[in-house]
Amino acid sequence: MPIFTCENLTKRYGTVLALDHINLNIEPGRIVGLLGPNGSGKSTMIKLANGLLTPTEGRILIDGKAPGVETKAIVSYLPERTYLANWMSVRQILDYFQDFYADFDRERAVKMLEHLNIAETQRIKQMSKGTREKVQLILVMSRRAKLYLLDEPIGGVDPAARDYILNTIIGNYDPSAAVIISTHLIADVEQLLDEVVFINGGHIIRHTPVDEIREQMGMSVDALFREEFKCF
Amino acid sequence: MRWEFHNESPIYAQVMERVERMIVSGALPPGERLPSVRVFAQEAGVNPNTMQKALTELERGGLIYSQRTSGHFVTEDQAVIARAREALAEMQTERFLQSMQELGFTSAETAELLHRKLEHKEEE
Repeated sequence: MPIFTCENLTKRYGTVLALDHINLNIEPGRIVGLLGPNGSGKSTMIKLANGLLTPTEGRILIDGKAPGVETKAIVSYLPERTYLANWMSVRQILDYFQDFYADFDRERAVKMLEHLNIAETQRIKQMSKGTREKVQLILVMSRRAKLYLLDEPIGGVDPAARDYILNTIIGNYDPSAAVIISTHLIADVEQLLDEVVFINGGHIIRHTPVDEIREQMGMSVDALFREEFKCF
Repeated sequence: MRWEFHNESPIYAQVMERVERMIVSGALPPGERLPSVRVFAQEAGVNPNTMQKALTELERGGLIYSQRTSGHFVTEDQAVIARAREALAEMQTERFLQSMQELGFTSAETAELLHRKLEHKEEE
């Protein structure tokens, strides 16, 4: 059974159609790239999956259920922007996650933080942007969730931090869970992906295994993306 | 250090070739146990499913074998390793000849150049 399903999923903001009757199934055990230019509907889809928005038409299902309390317990979400309060220390944030999520593996998070030499007494406001993003990803990946929704996890960090983030995703990924990564930095995530979903103007224009793109078209996902989304 | 990949073939095929080279060159000696799929995937910077697929393909070819609980091992069958070595050499030569052809070299010119280079190397 798919862990993530969209059925005729439609979202309208006033007169703007952000998602237009989308159908999509994602199976457990897959790492999926949700790829599209800015304004294509990526973030709208992720927000719908989190229940931050409600569909205008159609539905979105996580493990067979509409977004709500039950699905929030199994979905681990990395938003595009940080939501951690500046005054909080790492220890307070760990407590916070432990209170909120039954599936939070604190030991795992602590180990990863130690590895980065981030002290539990350190406060968010003392951290660089890159460190903050790493901390946030560590928290999100330390949950034993069934679905990880990562919205632009590598935007705005340096290449070394990027490698660290990608390694953290690989190292914590559980074969019974699915990971959906939305990004436009395709070349950087390409070797992580099992399949890609190309989205543009609120439509899914492609949903293909990555191997197939390389085997049948002899090009990388990045090259295909550039071709299909060429700006004239 | 993440492995580098090019765009022309699937990642799992490139992972396979890389592991084959490690075995043929002795970097992974016969009987050696490979890292777990997850650790190996992390080392390469690829999806664990991709690493699994590459290892399954290598197992099919006999270069590695798996034991249910203890993971993957390099074969101890020297004949299999020798065959893989031949196949890699063959492929490498094909690539070389192909690119020489693209540069407009005739077979005779390529042979002559290769000869000269090899002689020069022996003198060193």
